Amino acid sequence: MKFGIIVFPGTWSDQDCYYALHDILGQEADYIWHKETKLSGYDCLILPGGFSYGDYLRAGAIARFSPVMAAVEQFADKGGLVIGICNGFQILCEAGLLPGVLLPNSSLQYRCQWVNLRVENSNLPFTSKCCQEQVLKIPISHYEGNYYTDEATLQGLEINGQIVFCYSTSSGKITNEANPNGSLRNIAGIINKKGNILGMMPHPERACESLLGSTDGNIIWESIIEHYQGSSG
Amino acid sequence: MSTTKEALDRVALSEDEYKLIVQRLGREPNEVELGMLGSLWSEHCGYKHSKPLLKFLPSKGKGVMVKAGEENAGAIDIGDGMVVVMKMESHNHPSAVEPYQGAATGIGGIVRDIFTMGARPIALLNSLRFGPLTQARNRYLFNGVIAGIAAYGNCLGIPNVGGEIFFADCYSTNPLVNVLCLGIAEKGKLVRAKTSGADDLLVLAGADTGRDGIYGASGLASRTFEDERELRPTVQVGNPFLEKLLIEACLELAQTDWIVGMQDLGAAGLTSATVESAARGGCGMEIDVLKVPRREEDMTPYEVMLSESQERMLVIVKKDYKDRVKSLFDRWEIPSNVIGRVSNNGLAVIKEGDKVVAQIPVSLLVSPPFYRPRVKKPSWITELQSFKANTVPDLKPRQCNSVLLRLLASPNIASKELVYRQYDHQVMNNSVVLPGNDAAVLRIKPSPKPSPLKGEGKERVKGIALTTDGNSRYCYLDPFLGGVIAVAEAARNLVCSGAEPLAITDCLNFGNPERKDVMYCLEQCIKGIARACREWQIPVISGNVSLYNETKGNAIYPTPVIGMVGLLDDINTYCTISFKDEGDLVFLLGNLLPPGDNENGLGGSEYLELVHGLVKGKPAIALDLEKRVQCCCLEAIKKGIIKSAHDCSDGGLAVAIAESCIMGNIGFQSEGVHPESSSGQDSRLDSILFGEHQSRIVVSIVLSSVVKLTKIARKWQAPLTFLGKVGGGRLVIESCIDLPLTKVRGAWCGGLSKVMFAV
Repeated sequence: MKFGIIVFPGTWSDQDCYYALHDILGQEADYIWHKETKLSGYDCLILPGGFSYGDYLRAGAIARFSPVMAAVEQFADKGGLVIGICNGFQILCEAGLLPGVLLPNSSLQYRCQWVNLRVENSNLPFTSKCCQEQVLKIPISHYEGNYYTDEATLQGLEINGQIVFCYSTSSGKITNEANPNGSLRNIAGIINKKGNILGMMPHPERACESLLGSTDGNIIWESIIEHYQGSSG
Repeated sequence: MSTTKEALDRVALSEDEYKLIVQRLGREPNEVELGMLGSLWSEHCGYKHSKPLLKFLPSKGKGVMVKAGEENAGAIDIGDGMVVVMKMESHNHPSAVEPYQGAATGIGGIVRDIFTMGARPIALLNSLRFGPLTQARNRYLFNGVIAGIAAYGNCLGIPNVGGEIFFADCYSTNPLVNVLCLGIAEKGKLVRAKTSGADDLLVLAGADTGRDGIYGASGLASRTFEDERELRPTVQVGNPFLEKLLIEACLELAQTDWIVGMQDLGAAGLTSATVESAARGGCGMEIDVLKVPRREEDMTPYEVMLSESQERMLVIVKKDYKDRVKSLFDRWEIPSNVIGRVSNNGLAVIKEGDKVVAQIPVSLLVSPPFYRPRVKKPSWITELQSFKANTVPDLKPRQCNSVLLRLLASPNIASKELVYRQYDHQVMNNSVVLPGNDAAVLRIKPSPKPSPLKGEGKERVKGIALTTDGNSRYCYLDPFLGGVIAVAEAARNLVCSGAEPLAITDCLNFGNPERKDVMYCLEQCIKGIARACREWQIPVISGNVSLYNETKGNAIYPTPVIGMVGLLDDINTYCTISFKDEGDLVFLLGNLLPPGDNENGLGGSEYLELVHGLVKGKPAIALDLEKRVQCCCLEAIKKGIIKSAHDCSDGGLAVAIAESCIMGNIGFQSEGVHPESSSGQDSRLDSILFGEHQSRIVVSIVLSSVVKLTKIARKWQAPLTFLGKVGGGRLVIESCIDLPLTKVRGAWCGGLSKVMFAV
């Protein structure tokens, strides 16, 4: 399976994603410069974390206009898997590929810490190897991760099973204390209606080795790989 | 003399220095020349007062690739074809004036020093000093500095893995912001910051040049100042996004053979970058200021040459490759322009179009006069040292619980999570031991080339450990021993993490060097550091001196900060401070009872200041014992015997045990140790529990390892005392301390926020 890792000016999780996929999981991976307009030969695209264009405006607000974004949209229209992590999630929201916005954290401070994520929907290409309501230990690192949307959209997300991950306690309870950024309903990750574009604030590429404290990120990557192997025969 | 005292003051030159310039130049310098001289001869760039003393520090050692002062940062070989590049630098004065941008651009500057050498920056640490947070101004400085470090470092995607924060009154108007960056490079790929031959081109890449930061080196960093507000325009504004692009572009450039050297623009901007590169190569250089892109109109040559606008790099390009260099920068959307060339006449020639506006020999610009005034021990130090512990009452057993809780909640000891959770400490996927331990431990990803160890089963992966240390209270009471202890403690922290100490970078923060007592402290601290370096045989590979840290005659404590890197041959042997499992045995490596009343560990202790309001007495250390304790600990960690190791420092033994409990979320019960009955004529209860005797490490092991640990301790002649067992939910030290872990944790975790939000 071949992953494409999109690099905007200011992206920094690109190398971590490459390392996790290529060096740890033994998958093929390429960097894709944001000026590319044609994407072919990829089975999954990753929009990694970082500060695209410095995020001096709203996070992701400039990157969404990068030439590569039209190609990402076409790729997704054809059913390709897209995962936006952290800044990638922000860009997907800014581009309208996912609903809602990511506001500054309620603390008005950056937060880098381990969090627990409860899997809300394990019937997705990204989560098929998780158990329903399994708790994953994965770190966050962001200033604007406070998910917000209007009431109607939120209801839609809930009804359609589009809420994928919620911040929880280690035993899977959804509490205010477990919410590191003030996100609506503790939302940490959502998916589009069609089920092929995932956005999440936590960094699964940072949770792939026991040496670094967790291998729970691999469950997400391995779900994607298994989905690909299943769908490609 | 045709210049005025006012003009000289502006560039921080004395009248005598001006006379020297006239004599050496054979004429009076013009305004541009005087500005260039003032910057390069400033304390900040020229090290006028410190250079004669820095030669005491050992610069040579095993594996040293680039020595202190040779380049932008030092470099040391860590084997397997990899080199570590490291430097620490201060951004104290800018941070005092404008905390957010001052600290942010401090990060920007130190990161440039590292990637300038072709090394990828992989870790940041910061060592900070503030006045007490009970004052509003100090809270403003504290919040601003931390937000600035977070904003700049996080945007770059370089993990901020550790450091320290200390509070004392003397830093109220003079906060210290020392930042350390470490990078990694392939052995043959280091880039030098020097010119080689005539006709090489000088290319300026990065930000446009503005009026920000003029007089930064001479005005801000090289004299004391009374009113910080008037100096705000001398602080620069950072653009971390541009810096991130520069990192990627310059590291790509470092892999080519198109360039001769690279040099970032820091203090004294274009002046120091061009002149110092030319001086290193024994060349001259010629610049046309009209070719320097500006962000403001009508800038004079003087302003262009002295601007300290951030995120600019000077690249010395081989003539035939200028187009390729240009297109590489273009791809990263970074402006780059040829602004001049290297010459072989030894002159720095600055032109504005066809008109020569400055012409001075490079050798004159980089040869400031050096000062080494005769100093003697000031009487105030003798007076402080004459303190006798028996003038303060010892603790009664019933007071110990509350004193321990007070110490744990003291901002100097309390958890700094409030701070480091604002820094990305995990990006790059190398952070094995996170902030909150004795040292940060990072995995070094093996280079893509096959390692010789491959094939013998599992590939061995190396690691490095990093720490910054410097107890300024000790340095205030005894500058020599304070310097010794700073190095000893840094080494001890690395050893507790399982790393072999390898090299030092230092940041020497002191008051006004024109004061004799300040110079005495500087000299003694340097000699102390040098003494300890020789003991461990570790070199100082880079460093920085920050003087004039005083306001209205009040100097900071002498504050040397030691940044130290250590090596783990096998990353899997790392060790943390947290107690692990029920029933593990806890031992103290080092002396439980101090040998005599003079060495009761109370002098300069956190306990003495917090409980008795005194900063007095004298620290003590026996280097021989320290060395043996460390060797014993490291050997036992490498052999997999030790499950946790934590050095006893601020707050002494009781605090060290408490921290190991908190981090491991498990209790401790002492056995056989009765501090109360042990204390008597020669030792005191407060000294045993909270005294800061050096050379001590609290370790835990499984029961079955007792014999092995005892053997290793005997081999090194390291004292070993059984303290008790890990387990339960309480911290119990017989007959004096008995507290539930929740309370212990609450005090430690909440200490900082309690002060921050109490007002």
